[in-house]
Amino acid sequence: MRKIEENIFKVLMILSTVIISSTLFMIVYTLFSKGIGSLSWDMVSKIPEGGFYIGKGGGILNAIVGSIYITIGSTLLGLLISLPIVIYINVYAKRNATLASITRLSYDILFGIPSIVYGAFGFAIMVYMGLKTSLLAGIITVTLMIIPILVRAIDEVVRVVPEDMSNAVFSLGGTRYESAKIILRQSIPGIVTAILLSFGRAIGDAACVLFTAGFTDSIPTSLDQPAATLPLSIFFQLSSPIKEVQNRAYAAAVILTIIVLVINIVAKIASKNLSKNKI
Amino acid sequence: MKNIRLLKDHLISKIFLALTLLSISTVVLIALGLFYKSVPILNSTSLYNLLFSSEWKPFKEAFGFYPFIVGTLWVTAIAIIIALPLSMLTAIYLSEYAHIRVRKLVLPLIELLSGIPPVLYGVWGVLVIIPLIQDQIAPHFVEFTTGYSVLAGGIVLAIMIFPLIISIVIEVFDNVPQDLRNASLSLGATQWQTTKKVVLRKSIDGIVAAVVLAISRAFGETIAVLMVCGNLAQVPQNLFDSAYPLPALIANNYGEMMSIPMYDSALMFAALLLFVIIFIFNALSRIILYRIEKRNN
Repeated sequence: MRKIEENIFKVLMILSTVIISSTLFMIVYTLFSKGIGSLSWDMVSKIPEGGFYIGKGGGILNAIVGSIYITIGSTLLGLLISLPIVIYINVYAKRNATLASITRLSYDILFGIPSIVYGAFGFAIMVYMGLKTSLLAGIITVTLMIIPILVRAIDEVVRVVPEDMSNAVFSLGGTRYESAKIILRQSIPGIVTAILLSFGRAIGDAACVLFTAGFTDSIPTSLDQPAATLPLSIFFQLSSPIKEVQNRAYAAAVILTIIVLVINIVAKIASKNLSKNKI
Repeated sequence: MKNIRLLKDHLISKIFLALTLLSISTVVLIALGLFYKSVPILNSTSLYNLLFSSEWKPFKEAFGFYPFIVGTLWVTAIAIIIALPLSMLTAIYLSEYAHIRVRKLVLPLIELLSGIPPVLYGVWGVLVIIPLIQDQIAPHFVEFTTGYSVLAGGIVLAIMIFPLIISIVIEVFDNVPQDLRNASLSLGATQWQTTKKVVLRKSIDGIVAAVVLAISRAFGETIAVLMVCGNLAQVPQNLFDSAYPLPALIANNYGEMMSIPMYDSALMFAALLLFVIIFIFNALSRIILYRIEKRNN
């Protein structure tokens, strides 16, 4: 009797493991098989020409470039803010001090806040500051969204740097700031992983930039111009009733899938190299 | 020379502290910002009416969120019902039964799943789930459906929250001391009995925390749900009815919200509602998870 129950559950377990781990392939396969046919060089090298949304020529270069601008801009800004925070809670505040725990807790909570709420909040800030939908507003909103990812991920690697390392700096007469530099150098692979993770999240998120970055057919040349993004471009094209335009949405989905998968896989490899260095 | 270095260290310490404090207060800032924007609607309509009235007529300034709240609950409930058993079984398999090599092969795949952008889940849902429901599943139950339904939203969301539940539950299982398993096995219990009576019982609070986190993730997911739910402001009666979850409502109406009076305030209230619920859920489950981690260190 015990054996039967065990075996039933074992079968169920293997079954669900197979189902869950194959969903990734199912999704990627569906997107590729549907979109690859409409993928053309025009799609990635041209901006939308007149009548693009009724099936005429052009591509989605505007969205690709817009996404990259927003992603790079917000990742840089995010690093600028999150590195000091991680250093502070790990080096300046004594490990596991109350402030450090509160910071970690609040970032874990912020991590769970959905991007649409960040989008709405970003919109509120934007209106408050008198900005229009623009690249800058988009970057600010996405930065808010990815700081929790960066802080959590970098904190994780900085925490495992052995305490001896900073003690060695102190015993040589170094300051906390100098020990922080050593610790950061030690965590570079982890920081790279964190950057890639936030990159992947930032490039794929639509809800967050919906209100703030706007949408445009041209490539923005300054921070106060609106910017198109890939997810939104997919979303808008898919809601078109014209078959041709819908197919382009599928092709755009393939482009986004490739970008995101490459980023994620590189991040995996980077973090693997990190664990090799672990002492 | 030495003084300059110490001064620099001191100065940086203060700057970093300020930055840390400022960034923690984002939580408060978001709440305040959204609240400030929702004050007009809260002044003109009672909270009870906002939450429990079904009348949604922005032009007449009637903002009843009931259909949207119920829609969100439906979609979230379906997602959890589908995702929980599958991800629990997978987590148990990967942590208690599977060979380390299988685990190292499967876990990265599941993690990759969490890296896929919501909009792609939406596209996939439109391509696969909608036709499946429309042609294969729904005809057995109801006369007509477009396939854009709470069920479609639930299925897509379930796949999106698999990685979250699995990774947290596995972490919780890993925190169960090996000695406990060994003690149970040495008393003659089978591996399944050990899993069921020892490991699961020991990790029940962690599992609850994982589920609560998953609920809050499902609750706030926007674009994917927007693409497959049908977006009709109605209270869904069955699995195949369309619904209009709160996040989708916010996302879908950003264009109009400035032109209709009170509309932007109403949508900001919806965002505030999401924020408050998700904040509470997240805080609770994170605190539980911290406790578990602390207990074992």
